[in-house]
Amino acid sequence: MNIFTNGEWLPLSFAALMGLSMLIYAVLDGYDLGVGILMKDATDPEKDRMIGSIGPFWDANETWLVLGVGLLLVAFPKAHGIILSSLYLPVAVMLIGLTLRGAAFDFRAKAKIDHKHAWNNAFFAGSLITAMAQGYMLGSYILGFEKSLAAIGFSLLVGACVVAGYCLIGACWLIMKTEGELQKKSVHWARVSLWGTMLAIALISISTPLVSARIFDKWFSFPNIVLLAPIPLITAVLVIALEVLLRQLPKPNDRWCWVPFVTTIGIFVLCFHGLAYSFYPYIVPDQLKIIEAASAPESLMIILVGALIVLPVLIGYTFVAYKIFHGKAKDLSYE
Amino acid sequence: MIDQLDPALLARIQFAANITFHILFPSITIALGWILLFFKLRFNVTKDYKWMEAYFFWTKIFALCFAMGVVSGITMSFQFGTNWPGFMETVGNIAGPLLAYEVLTAFFLEATFLGIMLFGFSRVPGWMHNLATFLVAFGTTASAFWILVLNSWMHTPAGFEMRDGMAHATDWLQIIFNPSFPYRFTHMLIASGLTAAFLVAGLSAYRWLRNDRVPAVMAALKTGILTAAVLIPLQIFIGDLHGLNTLQHQPQKVAAMEGLWETQCGAPLVLFGLPNEETRQNDFAIEIPKLASLILTHEWDSELKGLNEFEGNHPPVAPVFWAFRIMVGTGLLMLAASWVGAFYLWKRKDIIKPLAYLLIPMAFSGWVATVAGWYVTEIGRQPWLVNGVLKTVDAISDVPAPIIGISLSMYLVIYAVLMTAFMTTLFYMARKAGQKKSEANTPSSGQTVAEAVS
Ligand code: HDD
Ligand code: HEM
Ligand code: HEM
Repeated sequence: MNIFTNGEWLPLSFAALMGLSMLIYAVLDGYDLGVGILMKDATDPEKDRMIGSIGPFWDANETWLVLGVGLLLVAFPKAHGIILSSLYLPVAVMLIGLTLRGAAFDFRAKAKIDHKHAWNNAFFAGSLITAMAQGYMLGSYILGFEKSLAAIGFSLLVGACVVAGYCLIGACWLIMKTEGELQKKSVHWARVSLWGTMLAIALISISTPLVSARIFDKWFSFPNIVLLAPIPLITAVLVIALEVLLRQLPKPNDRWCWVPFVTTIGIFVLCFHGLAYSFYPYIVPDQLKIIEAASAPESLMIILVGALIVLPVLIGYTFVAYKIFHGKAKDLSYE
Repeated sequence: MIDQLDPALLARIQFAANITFHILFPSITIALGWILLFFKLRFNVTKDYKWMEAYFFWTKIFALCFAMGVVSGITMSFQFGTNWPGFMETVGNIAGPLLAYEVLTAFFLEATFLGIMLFGFSRVPGWMHNLATFLVAFGTTASAFWILVLNSWMHTPAGFEMRDGMAHATDWLQIIFNPSFPYRFTHMLIASGLTAAFLVAGLSAYRWLRNDRVPAVMAALKTGILTAAVLIPLQIFIGDLHGLNTLQHQPQKVAAMEGLWETQCGAPLVLFGLPNEETRQNDFAIEIPKLASLILTHEWDSELKGLNEFEGNHPPVAPVFWAFRIMVGTGLLMLAASWVGAFYLWKRKDIIKPLAYLLIPMAFSGWVATVAGWYVTEIGRQPWLVNGVLKTVDAISDVPAPIIGISLSMYLVIYAVLMTAFMTTLFYMARKAGQKKSEANTPSSGQTVAEAVS
């Protein structure tokens, strides 16, 4: 493999690490944000229970975003500048959304009881704004930061798609973490958002090759088209299986309550794979390649060593946390 | 109108607004985490339930501050890219690994164990909960360590060489333990200790004044006042050393802090004055002869360099001068308040009303001094972003002024809302805790908790 001899493996591993943390972020904070959006449609006691299901996790989940952006910043400073200044406003909007959501999470339980309703709304609004802005950024990234009216329309559409995807994974999380009426409601939410998600995947898959000639060639040339075919096929199988399963949930003894969540993660992973393949080897679509944007190898090496030591520990204690809060969610209590 | 504004100026205001909002909360959580651990360990040793009550009350406030710290911190991590791309392009090889280590070793640790610390009390064994509390406190301190390494390196860069306009690391130990780091790190940790101590004391004094004087409140009040009384002399001592260190590496900053225009031997200490950059002198100055030389060099007659030596290459004088006085003034007030408090606690085992009234606004004195101190440090570094390496204006992004104007207004609005909510909620929680207490405080509940914890 010549990438090992010419030193390209280092930037590429960083691109992979960064992609991985973005994917983990989308799954983990995806379910939090989804739960936040779905709260709009829940009764007050249900809201407490829903918050209870994400309470111990949301902060750590959000940290994957810090890691993803951090890796972009530290490993690809040039790309970081271009991407974040091109996405300046949507980033600011997303940050406002995240701020609102995180602050509302704590205030809703601590402020005066007659303000709780307002904080619930802030929690919902923060989650929705964040999801929308992230989708908008993805759309804009796909188009290589074009600024036309059509591009804005497309990005808004992708924004709506991401909202649907987050609602899906949020609903599946709730199916796993709740019981009774709320669980039934979650099944319903999951089915509705599955349709939205399907539409979203189809839309992005059709339009991406249309807007980029490079991606078109990459997808539809031989033998790529054969090698890539499993991605859409498996995605389709998972979507259909999920729909069939959701029709039967909840089952007696709560069997299979975790399957929708895992299936949705599978769908997320596949979609991400498709996107990552399309953009490789560019880090700023059609402008800047991964290799060209990388920091000095010595600095990357220092980070890699640290990451390789810390990541297993990190995954270990994340696992411990999920184990401690395993099982159906209760209302949150500090005591 | 707004497009006539300078985008660099707007970006700087935005950065300053965001970091100021951010630092408020870490400066509480860094030390409050340790105070919580203290409450818990005291309970384990004494089995006196008041410590647990204090722990539960302050855990809620800790959670609130932590959440605010996290959300504002996320904003910070995007700021480098959105507003200061030149920073990472020039010194990314050094700043990058430091920030990465912060995320890897600190952020995940604290964020994960925070969940266990806050909501796991009845789900995990006592030792594990103690461990989680310790790891959260340790994590916040580790965050401060890494970010202050980076910040100190920006003031006193070391261990690097410039190649093709980019900084490349040559010695990581020199980078981490750069000349100003030990001072800045210690000074900041103690600042956090003082901020948390005065918050604890102030809010407890508020409850005390409302006749909510149960043992838990008194224990917290005492912890707050005594911690402050111990830390403040240390802080003044370290502050002095920090100033000596700065004099060595950034003499123009010290000249601005002291309002010293001319280089002179036996320089006076300017107690009051209005620094005037047009005439390059202080209007209405009140001075104590020779004292500045004494404080800064520990000799009456030694020479101090004035601002005129650095014309065109020194920071704006008035903000540095004033911020410095606000910090030191607040520090002296803290000294007075905490020592008077400690005296009464020792003499009468209780505080007195006038002191309680003073302690309530002083709940936020740590914020005032910390922010003022940071303004001295950061404005005092201008026009450099990385001292001697990169000017602030060269790091700016090309985002146009109106766009920055939009984002800045959004941030300011949300910060104003959150700050109002934070303050009112804080006092609301204090009042509510008092009401709950008078209803139920049976020893049997203490007993059960004692069993659960140990
Ligand atoms: C509770 C907070 C607090 C209090 C009471 C003080 N400080 Fe401070 N000071 C800080 C909190 C702080 C800070 C926020 O933590 C800073 C900003 C950056 C830093 O490292 O510490 C700071 C910076 C700072 C600097 C600037 C160093 C530089 O950047 O070059 C000096 C010279 C001092 N301090 C000196 C003092 C003195 C002589 C004090 C005597 C009363 C004092 N400080 C009280
Ligand atoms: C330790 C981490 C910190 C880093 C890495 C950092 C970095 C920076 C950077 C990049 C700038 C340039 C922008 C500018 O010049 O406006 C700046 C300026 C500034 N920072 Fe910091 N900062 C840190 C901590 C703080 C804190 C805690 C505060 C205040 C509470 C603060 C207050 C300011 C202010 C007021 C400026 C504006 C100076 C001016 O433009 O005149 N900084 N800092
Ligand atoms: C430009 C500078 C800064 C950046 C980019 C930054 C970034 C962040 C981020 C992303 C978080 C949230 C971590 C999480 O998800 O748990 C955070 C929290 C924190 N920051 Fe900062 N920060 C900066 C300045 C500072 C300064 C100056 C200090 C103090 C000396 C500080 C101390 C902390 C601490 C202790 C926490 C964790 C506790 C809490 O959130 O309350 N940071 N920071």
